Amino acid sequence: MSPLVTHLLINLVQVFFLLIFAPLLEGVIKRLEEIIQGKRGPSIFQPYFDILKLFGKNEVVSEETTWVFRFAPLINFVMPIFVALLIPALTAYPLFFAFMGDMVAVGFLMAIGGFFAALAAMDTGNVYGPVGASRTRMVGFLAEPVFMMVFFSVSYVANSTIPYIVNATWAASWANMLQPAHLLVVIAFLLLILADEGRIPVDSAAGKVEIAMIGHSKGLEYSGTGAALMKWAGTMKLMVLAIVFLNVLITPWGLATTTQWGDIFLAIPRVLGKMLFFAVGLAVIETSLAKLRLFRISEFLATAFVICLFAMSIRLVGIA
Amino acid sequence: MTPGTPELALALDGSIAALFVVFGLGVVVTRQMLGTLYLFMLHAAALTASAIVLAIGLGSPHLVWVAVITFTTKVVAVPLVLRWAAGAEIYERREVDQVLTIPMSVLIAAVLALIAWVAADPLVQAVPGHPFAAINLPTGIMSILFGAFTVAVRREGVAQLMGLLIMESGAFFASISIVSHLSVIAEIAAAVDVPIAALVIGLLIRSIHRVTGITRVGLLAELRERH
Repeated sequence: MSPLVTHLLINLVQVFFLLIFAPLLEGVIKRLEEIIQGKRGPSIFQPYFDILKLFGKNEVVSEETTWVFRFAPLINFVMPIFVALLIPALTAYPLFFAFMGDMVAVGFLMAIGGFFAALAAMDTGNVYGPVGASRTRMVGFLAEPVFMMVFFSVSYVANSTIPYIVNATWAASWANMLQPAHLLVVIAFLLLILADEGRIPVDSAAGKVEIAMIGHSKGLEYSGTGAALMKWAGTMKLMVLAIVFLNVLITPWGLATTTQWGDIFLAIPRVLGKMLFFAVGLAVIETSLAKLRLFRISEFLATAFVICLFAMSIRLVGIA
Repeated sequence: MTPGTPELALALDGSIAALFVVFGLGVVVTRQMLGTLYLFMLHAAALTASAIVLAIGLGSPHLVWVAVITFTTKVVAVPLVLRWAAGAEIYERREVDQVLTIPMSVLIAAVLALIAWVAADPLVQAVPGHPFAAINLPTGIMSILFGAFTVAVRREGVAQLMGLLIMESGAFFASISIVSHLSVIAEIAAAVDVPIAALVIGLLIRSIHRVTGITRVGLLAELRERH
């Protein structure tokens, strides 16, 4: 097999890795949260059952909606897959599409999905949709500068924003890993994941009250296939963020270093093992911290922003 | 960097310094009283960790004592003393009053950080031969500024105490990188002040609380006589 074909096949494996295991990550986090709260919780495979069930249901679409409403689930579904081509999900060496886009592109590809989801929510005329959409945009626009600062700081430290190069920089030595700027960026990115996924602020991901939702009320109008795609896309988005956080930022080890298939398939359990730790951490943070009021989100993200600023200024003053 | 200093120790100390800054920032911006206390404990734990790393990096057994003393006074003793003296204030009240809004405090903290870095630069130049000073001096100064800022903007006795204590931690953080051979007696003497300060302020808080029902000292114009 020529190297090009091998690389394309590995890319395909990465995409399937994302498609197959994303609902599992969500299921594990939900289950862990319920356990921490002293309940038994649903099976970790529940998201798979939900998605399968939704695919089998009829789809009802309001007559008031336009093409945007039908189009949004597809965009949402495709964007994480695109992103999976750009980031080191299983391999430590760059694959065929690796230099097509950097971490900024990753951020913007995800933002396209969010943008269409917000449009679709306003498209339906349901009152709760626009509420969710406007709240998501509010968090989004507060998170945007932090996103940019994280990427600037990363490029400062690693001299690149291509995820594979960043990964290699930090995997190179312990001294690189332990740089203060690196640690600060990791903390800021974690705060960002929490806010962007609606996991900390006012939102209770398990809640059923529309008025208390941030992002979840956007998808209320979807049914059948549309709802299944939106749900699957949501789990994939979390998984992509987790991959960027784990494989690029905090634990750049355990990825395949050769094109041997054995090596690549061995990387799957290793990455899943890292994800398990991530899931435990996320569940503990989410259940142990009090929810914030909506207007306190700016404080939360301002803190993340300043932490990034520290990371950048440490490099600027040349301390480490 | 002086030759012979292990690179790993420097890198590790840098990471700890970053955590020290983040926890200090946490003390400045957290609204919850209990959260402030926990962050202060983490802040002191970071100081302990830095002292251990420096002890190994510089081969100085005195710094191990600093670590032990810091841990026992700030992570163990201060919370216990506060719990005893001002338990109700910490465990029952949720939010701390602030003079400034949190985003404003965050912004000022960022400016203070920059000031600390600029201010530390000539100091670092002035003490050559201390490889850890480049990291610890600015971080310590930053913590001192954060503490002073906390004392200035918080209207709450306990939160102001936290500010004082992170100032003290900051001073320690800066000094352990330069003076690594202070005698243990001096260390103990310096460290025993901390729980005593906590005790005095805690008792004061308790008596203020008994008299007025609140400890938002910023709102107090005068102390009433007890009838």
